This record gives sequence, structure tokens and C-alpha cells, in this order.
Amino acid sequence: MDILSALAGWLTDPANWQGSDGIPNRIFEHVWYSLTATAVAVAIALPIGLALGHTGRGGQLAINVSNVGRAIPSFGIIILAFILAGIGFIPVLIALVALAIPPIITNSYVGIRAVDPEIREAAAGMGMTGAQILRRAELPVAMPLVMAGIRTSAVQVVATATLAAVIGLGGLGRYIISGFSQQDTPQVLGGAILVALLSLATEAGLGAVQRAVVSEGLAQRNAEAAVAAKVSATTT
Amino acid sequence: MIVFESVNKTFPDGTTAVASLDLEVGEGEVAVLVGPSGCGKTTTLRMINRMIEPTGGRLTVNGRDVMSVDPPELRRGIGYVIQQIGLFPHRTIAENIATVPALVGWDKRRTRERVDELMTTIGLDAGVADRYPHQLSGGQRQRVGVARALAVDPPIMLMDEPFGAVDPIVRARLQDEFLRLQSEVNKTIAFVTHDIDEAIKMGDRIAIFSQGGHLEQYDTPANILAEPANEFVESFLGGERGLKRLALIPVAEIEADPGPVVAPDDSAEHAARVAAEHGTDWVVVVGPDRRVRGWTFVDGVGDARGTVGDAELRPFALQVAAGDSLRAALNAMMASRTGVAVRVDGDRRYEGILTQELLSRTIR
Repeated sequence: MDILSALAGWLTDPANWQGSDGIPNRIFEHVWYSLTATAVAVAIALPIGLALGHTGRGGQLAINVSNVGRAIPSFGIIILAFILAGIGFIPVLIALVALAIPPIITNSYVGIRAVDPEIREAAAGMGMTGAQILRRAELPVAMPLVMAGIRTSAVQVVATATLAAVIGLGGLGRYIISGFSQQDTPQVLGGAILVALLSLATEAGLGAVQRAVVSEGLAQRNAEAAVAAKVSATTT
Repeated sequence: MIVFESVNKTFPDGTTAVASLDLEVGEGEVAVLVGPSGCGKTTTLRMINRMIEPTGGRLTVNGRDVMSVDPPELRRGIGYVIQQIGLFPHRTIAENIATVPALVGWDKRRTRERVDELMTTIGLDAGVADRYPHQLSGGQRQRVGVARALAVDPPIMLMDEPFGAVDPIVRARLQDEFLRLQSEVNKTIAFVTHDIDEAIKMGDRIAIFSQGGHLEQYDTPANILAEPANEFVESFLGGERGLKRLALIPVAEIEADPGPVVAPDDSAEHAARVAAEHGTDWVVVVGPDRRVRGWTFVDGVGDARGTVGDAELRPFALQVAAGDSLRAALNAMMASRTGVAVRVDGDRRYEGILTQELLSRTIR
């Protein structure tokens, strides 16, 4: 009970909502790191995943390479990048981008490959160029999977951006790091809860984006297919 | 007009799909490419819009060598319908139909008008325009596939087993609609099927292929059925060749027999005499208005006045007219105890009878 009231006290203390160490500023920093890293990762990974999926070449290799990348701990990358690039946003950005790239590449590659071949055949047969096939047929159909990859990456990035504080940057990780060194448990918990809430908000926000960019017809069809799969799973 | 001159297709692994093919599909003609699987019919079709590149020879579409045209540009001018249809699930029916107009840059109004027009042409309710493909039945989706291929009114259409994925009843209806549509739009069409009956029904000419892309025979359905070029064609046509031919020959082609005809007022003796002259034990009773009243056995015929009368007559349930096929005539024969089919004119006036002997003499 003690710890909860202490936590509530920390969260409601007006002093914690002001200035450069205040919660609004830390959230802003955290969002800024996450947004930048996710945007850079999308800019790098999406074209690669889409191109691999469209041509159908080198996809397995790319997935393996990016899975290996996934296995390297982000903390290690931050420290390594910190040693190489010095203090600042760059090492953090490198680590977060490296973390965010694999799910985007994998999902966009798999999403495009999973497009029914007859859709591609019809698109080509009607006179679409390669880029038009990708843009007008493959990508819209693959959009649910592509967006799922971006969501996974973004949520991971938000959770991992906490590590920025390890090398002296801001963000919500600050509360956790400082809280530990000051043995201030309410501050540690407060930081952790804020990170968790921000992750959930990210998931919800990107969910809304996904509903906006996925065609109504596709969403209905997939929902019906999911229901049908459930029905057949329960009846058999 | 589509012209193949010594066209070859050899795949990189060395297999020859099409060997030195010469084939011409005339303006406004439906050429059906048919044969067993692996005979190169689909490869042949797909070379026309360069979905598969020929490896030799010359292939021209309306005078243009296909190899001299950029594939996307070539394909926008050629309607393409495939068995799996390939509708875009993320687009509405109207948007699907408008695919090629969008590619070639039509404005919204012109596109909308064309979509409306096509939906009417192919018999789709205007209400489905804003629906998505998954909400339509298989037959409706196939119609949308055809409408989409017709969108910019291309002079050439390629159809690869377009009705292969729907059930037989819907298929028959789509085939009939297609024939009606083709009689209005007069496209030059190459049509692939593995079903010889569909080929006979749809084709102005049929190209029969055997393994390795050899063209065994290219002629009208009637000629192919009458004179198969070789054993391969004969076996591919199947055992019911005679029946298939009957389906293609109209009743008008053969001269009807006058038949054992009497009037209701004729005497029973007269009826017996007429029947004997024709070697039958029955007569057709035709009224003064030349309409068929029915038929009766001559044995025991006769009303109180001793005439044939028309009270106890049996009807000819099925009658045929000049435009019906001999197959319909055969069906009418089978349905009647007399074993003959009655031929009538457009006003249902008696013209004569068709016998099984007349039919077999025609197709022999």
C-alpha cells in the first residue's frame, strides 16, 4: 500500500510535471527518439522488403540476415555505437533502427509474396508496369501485414528507447536509471508505467492508422475469413 | 486480327511448348484453342499479349509485331480474362472495372459512364458497383472479370478458361451471355479451354493442339466434326461425335418428309391407307388451319361418323422449327411414341416430319 501511495504521490507531484526533467518533456523526448528511429527504419526497410517481395528474389537471405540482427541485444549495439560514435543521439538511433528493421523487412516481404498470383497475373495482363503492380495491387493487398510489421517495430522501439538514458540522454528511461541510482522506487515504477502506457498508446495509434490505410473490402474479407476459420476450427 | 507465323516457344530448360505455329484469327472471329493439358494452348494465348515471350517466328496483332511494342502498352489494348479472374480484393466492383481506364488516364466522368454501361451490358445490378469482390457470387465475379477486360473497348480479347471455375449451370448461362455479347461487340477473340463441348459451342473456328504445341487441325466446328484431320483429333472429339454434329446442324438444312398426314374430316379407311403407304401404323392429324392436332394409331380409329375426328388424339409434346438443331429434333423423336419429330414453321404450321433415317443419312 505504501509503495502505491508513494507512486501516486510521485505521479501527481506538480514538480514532476515541469521543466526539462518533467514528465511532459521526457515523454516528448521519448516520442521524438522513437518516432525518428521508426521513421528511419521504415525508410530503409520498407523499400527493401517490398522490392524483395515484388521480385521474389533474395527474400530468404534478407530474412535470415535481419533475424541475425535481431539476435544481437540492443543494449550491446548502443554501447558499441557509443564507443564508435561517442555520446549523443546517433548511437541510440543506430541501435533503435537496427532493432526496428527486421520485422518491417520480414512482414513486407512475406506480405507481398502472399498476394494471390492471379492478382499479379491480372494486373500485369491489363498492362500495369512493375511499379504500378506493386503500388496498385500488391501493396494494398499486403497492407495488413506490412502495417503489422511497422506496429511491432514501433512498439519495440518505444520500449527500448528507455536505454537512451543509459548513455546520458533523456526520455522516460531517465526516471528508471536515476531512480535506481537514487534508490527511489516510486520514480523507477513511475518511469516504467509511463513507458508501458506509451507503448500501448503507440499500438493503439498505429492500429487506427492501419484501419485508415487498409481498404474496407480487404478488411471485411479478412475478418470473414478469420470467422470462417474459427467456425471450422470449432466444428471439426 | 491475330497472326502467328512460324511462332516458337522454347523454355530455358529446353522444353518446346509451341513448335512453329501458323495460325490466323480473323477480325471479329472467335478462335477456340483446345487440347489436352500440356499441349501449349495457354502458352499460345499468353504469347499474344507477351505474358510469355515467343522465342521465334513472327506474331502480329492488327498488323503490329508484338515484339515491337512495349508490353504494358500492348496489354492495355488487349482484353484479358483468366480463369481465376484476379479481381482486386481491395477495390470495389466499379473500381475493378475501371482499372484499365485509370491506367490510360480517362477522366472520372467518362470512366463512370463506361462502368455503368458495362454493368448493364454484362447483366450486373447497379447496386453491386460499390461492393467488394468477396461479396459477389462466382458467376457475378466472372462477369466483372469480363467487364473489366472490355473496359476500354479493346478490339482483341484473350480468354483463358474464363468459365472453368463456375458450376455447370452458371457456366452454360455465362456461355450463352458471352455469345449474345459477342454478337453485339464483334471482338477478335482467342479463347482457351480444355472442354471440347465448350469449344464447339463458342468457336467460329477451333484449333486443336496436341502435346508439344502441334496444331493438329484448325477449322470450323462443323468441318472438324465432319472430317477430323487425323486419329488424334478423332479421339479428342470423343465417342459422341455424331451427337455433337447434330447439335451444330439446323433443322433447315435437311428436307422434311411430308409424312402420313390426314385431316380430322378424313375417313378412318383413308387414314389406314395413308399409314400403309408410309409404312407406319399411325397418322399425323393436321387441321384446315395447317396446325398439328396430334397423332393417332390407325387401328380402331374413327368416331361415330366414321371420320378420324380430333378428340382422341395424342399430342406431339416437342416440335421443332427451322432454327432448332438436329439434336433437338433427335430429342423430340425420343420423346414421341411415333419415333419422328414434327417440323413446324414460325406460326406452328405443319411442315413435315423428320425421321431417324434422315438424321443418320445427314451425318454419315
